[in-house]
Amino acid sequence: MPKRVAIIGSGQTDHTSRRADVNIPELIKEAVDRALVDAELTIDDIDAVVIGNMEHFEGINLSDMWASEGSGAVMKPAMKIATGGTTGASVAACAYYHCASGLFDRVLAIGWEKLSESDTTTGIITAFDPIVERLTLAGAVGGLAIEANLYMTSYGITQEQVAKAAVMARKNAQRNPHAHLKLDLTVEQVLNSPMIAYPIHYLDMCPTSDGACAVIFASEDVARKSANPPAWVKAAVCRHNHPYIGDVDWRKSTLESAAIEAYRLAGITHPRRELDVIELYDPASFALLSWIESLHICGPGEGGKMIDTGAITMEGDIPVNPSGGVISTNPIGATALIRVAEAALQIQGKAGARQVEGVRTALATGFGGSYWSEVFILGRAS
Amino acid sequence: MSEEIIVRRTALRIPYSWAAGAHATRFYREIADRRRIMGTRCPRCERVLVPARKSCSRCFQDTTEWVEVGPAGVVTSFTIVHYSEPRIQPMEPPFAVALIRLDGADTALIHLLGEVEPSEVRTGMRVEPVFADEPKGRILDIRYFKPVSVD
Repeated sequence: MPKRVAIIGSGQTDHTSRRADVNIPELIKEAVDRALVDAELTIDDIDAVVIGNMEHFEGINLSDMWASEGSGAVMKPAMKIATGGTTGASVAACAYYHCASGLFDRVLAIGWEKLSESDTTTGIITAFDPIVERLTLAGAVGGLAIEANLYMTSYGITQEQVAKAAVMARKNAQRNPHAHLKLDLTVEQVLNSPMIAYPIHYLDMCPTSDGACAVIFASEDVARKSANPPAWVKAAVCRHNHPYIGDVDWRKSTLESAAIEAYRLAGITHPRRELDVIELYDPASFALLSWIESLHICGPGEGGKMIDTGAITMEGDIPVNPSGGVISTNPIGATALIRVAEAALQIQGKAGARQVEGVRTALATGFGGSYWSEVFILGRAS
Repeated sequence: MSEEIIVRRTALRIPYSWAAGAHATRFYREIADRRRIMGTRCPRCERVLVPARKSCSRCFQDTTEWVEVGPAGVVTSFTIVHYSEPRIQPMEPPFAVALIRLDGADTALIHLLGEVEPSEVRTGMRVEPVFADEPKGRILDIRYFKPVSVD
């Protein structure tokens, strides 16, 4: 049986397009220092470090080695995790496994990226199979655009509905001091922004950001004595997928499969009623509508209605991405860990101006690779 | 900080050589020599997987049978790429990239569409391959798929 585990602290940099004032280890240390201050711990209290970023992006291998100046990993057990877009969630899962195993009491999870220093396109190209897909599909947008088109065509979801979700996310970001894009947009501005890959407009898509996030996981006994209210991990579930886009069975998404298992572990039977807030990994705005269907927040094809009625806004019954989400902030290796950190802040009641009232249960997701997913459920009660 | 930050700029050029393996080699040879598109069948789920491959990722079983598919098929979803990334893009934007389920296949092939206005592309459209004149042993030995002409 896994031991009970909670998140007892987190820290983020103020994410932006370019942080030339710090190098990579210095950027990481900002997030780690903030997490340690938040948890009222020092680096000496940390038993192990798990760190992750995107392979190839900054042209650096063994980033876990020289990042130790910022990660605090010197003379500690440490490992690097890289799983594409889900990296941050995989880092969180790995830190959770460390504590749940009973082998470690306090584990520091770190995700980071300095996309201003990387060639993002080259990095993403190297993720595609060089024989099968690299010549026809490689790049960040194409696969998402094909999925978005399939979703919108299948259910008659309009570009206006998707644009509304993009407007909502950037509006939410205005309440988040860590967010990168705090834009005051109209639906018309989103629809009039350049088409990148039909049906995804420029303002539907995530930005490239510099930033880092650190989250401290603790075993049950340590968490109960924590200075911070603990955010208990109720479930951490990962699902990978077939290797090629042509193999993906769109009726059986990894997100839905992971969510079903996470709900089972957390004892959730009515997700929309029992979840108080969702931090969704939304690489493009259509995901805010489509992927909440995968999470069984609404039925198939009802995502458009969820934005039309305002159900997923800050004023709605199930707010999605109070932080502004990925389309507002995207330092890729940190991005999925930010979802987990934001969900924990909501449980802890420490989310400031973006706090949803009375959060007892929160869900966070990660997305990456060939359409694979991670789902975390956090709770106030152990 | 008033001083200008030092930024070091560099670029890596790293040569690689990727072996396609025997199954993919036969797949590309069939296109080059016989203009046939081949899949392989999984003995457990009995799906025909395209491009042909050594094993089924769903069942974790080695495939056992080669099956000719298509060459025509149906567009199951698509995108029109408008952004420009000349280092990797196979065509000048705007161009269409589609998931195409070839007749007799149980998976889709991701490929380009040609001889069609991007604004005319529709889900459900039937398409057929246009083969390259000088095949090089790669997926672009099918230059693109074009709408099936209705006679």
